[in-house]
Amino acid sequence: MTDIGTTGFNVDDTEHNKPTVIVDNLHVKFRIFTSGKAAKKSATRGRLGRNTREVHALKGVSFVAHEGESIGVVGHNGSGKSTLMRSIAGLIPPAEGAVYASSRPSLLGVNAALMSELSGEKNVQLGTLALGMSPAEARSKYDQIVDFSGLGEFMDLPMRAYSSGMSARLRFAIAISKTHQILMVDEALAVGDKDFRSRSEERIRELRREAGTVFLVSHSMKSILDTCNRVIWLDHGNLLMDGKPQEVIDAYQASK
Amino acid sequence: MSNPNYAALAEANGLPRVGARPPLGEYLKEAWERRHFAIASARYAVETKNSRSRLGIIWIVLRPLLTAAIYGIVFGLIMPAGSRPDNFLPYLVIGVFVFQYFTNSLSQGASSITGNSGLVQSLHFPRVLLPVSIVLRQLFEIIPVMVALLPIIWILGEPPRLGWFMLIPILFVMTLFNIGVALIVARLTVHFPDLKQIIPFVSRLLFYSSGIFYSLEAVFAGTEKAGLLLIAQLNPVHDFISLARGYLIEGPPATPFMWLVVGIGTVAVLLFGIIFFWAAEEKYGND
Repeated sequence: MTDIGTTGFNVDDTEHNKPTVIVDNLHVKFRIFTSGKAAKKSATRGRLGRNTREVHALKGVSFVAHEGESIGVVGHNGSGKSTLMRSIAGLIPPAEGAVYASSRPSLLGVNAALMSELSGEKNVQLGTLALGMSPAEARSKYDQIVDFSGLGEFMDLPMRAYSSGMSARLRFAIAISKTHQILMVDEALAVGDKDFRSRSEERIRELRREAGTVFLVSHSMKSILDTCNRVIWLDHGNLLMDGKPQEVIDAYQASK
Repeated sequence: MSNPNYAALAEANGLPRVGARPPLGEYLKEAWERRHFAIASARYAVETKNSRSRLGIIWIVLRPLLTAAIYGIVFGLIMPAGSRPDNFLPYLVIGVFVFQYFTNSLSQGASSITGNSGLVQSLHFPRVLLPVSIVLRQLFEIIPVMVALLPIIWILGEPPRLGWFMLIPILFVMTLFNIGVALIVARLTVHFPDLKQIIPFVSRLLFYSSGIFYSLEAVFAGTEKAGLLLIAQLNPVHDFISLARGYLIEGPPATPFMWLVVGIGTVAVLLFGIIFFWAAEEKYGND
């Protein structure tokens, strides 16, 4: 235990770098109302009539992430990838276990704070404040965000008038305006047209260099192989495998 | 798969637990630092609320006026004149508007966490900002309503007076009271989602018992029900309304007793609300 944290920053052998995120036996459960015929099989009857079912989304996930690591997270739909990210960010409380981190991990995304009836300009302001910037900081980032989105001439229109690609660009531009030490990217690479996508990928790489540790959830094995130096594989809420990208991805693809 | 040394490893490297509830002082300090988000989101919510209708923001003033008109027609014509003060219309309009500020904070506050699960599950900030932002939104809506109210009661025969400025401290204290109430119901709704269905009935009950369209004092005067009157007068919502009436129009003046009820009620509700809401900070987001 003593050697951990005393070694310097090492790109090839990140295992001995300082730990930044420790996930210790993490369980997440949701209690959800069920309905319909299918409910009879799995539900337990609640005290007051409605049937509820407990969904055990994460069943004791444990791992340690270190400085300089880019960790890809793979798994089938419903395997608990997004829940794991949200729980690491402290947004979903664990039923058991804990997450420790050197600074608060952030999910890349600002969608829920924005208002579709509001102009692009005001949404930029609202989104940057939601990310925790001061009003002065938010103002100073404004031009940079508008430039990056390439939507300068539409900033006076409400976001509902934007095409879905345009609003995705604006949301992404707002979200990436803040740098984080521990960053989690959930399938965010695939927004906008080709030109915008290459710019966003470049910006993500930049954020990765600035951040200490990055998690990338993606169904694109190519983008995981391109950007990650470690991959964990989740299956039905269990951590099935944790290791070098090529090995884990080979095993994952063989399982399909 | 669990490693018993992880907690020790975290401690050795000085990694705090993510999502751990900070001490109350630190929590409030962080909330204060991020107040601009709550203010901006309240302001923009008001701005956009009516953006699709032609009259736009005018509806914020028009809606309570129409409500008051309906009550005026119904209660002004049907209620026995004895239980009605002389200047019934201004009396009624003030009651309806002040009560509306409270009841909107109550009902919207109840869904401030459960209705924003997308936000709660994607961004970190002290959750207390959500109910506060909801009450601020109601405040930004009630201010133009109150400003519009003054010329209306003038037309209805109440000349301008210095007391009109007392609306400012009344609304200020009432905002703190409403924030306390919103914090309490916001957490309760997280534990008992069905509360949202009950709140309209609580609002109704308070509406009828706060003396919006009749004078509690006149109805109870000379009856055996003095105890009931005292209970009704200890309801801060009733006293906020009586204070506004006392300063704005002719009739029974505002009394120190009203300020006392309002002051003690606000301090108690706000303090309890903050602690009660903060105590469950780690639980928000699990739905």
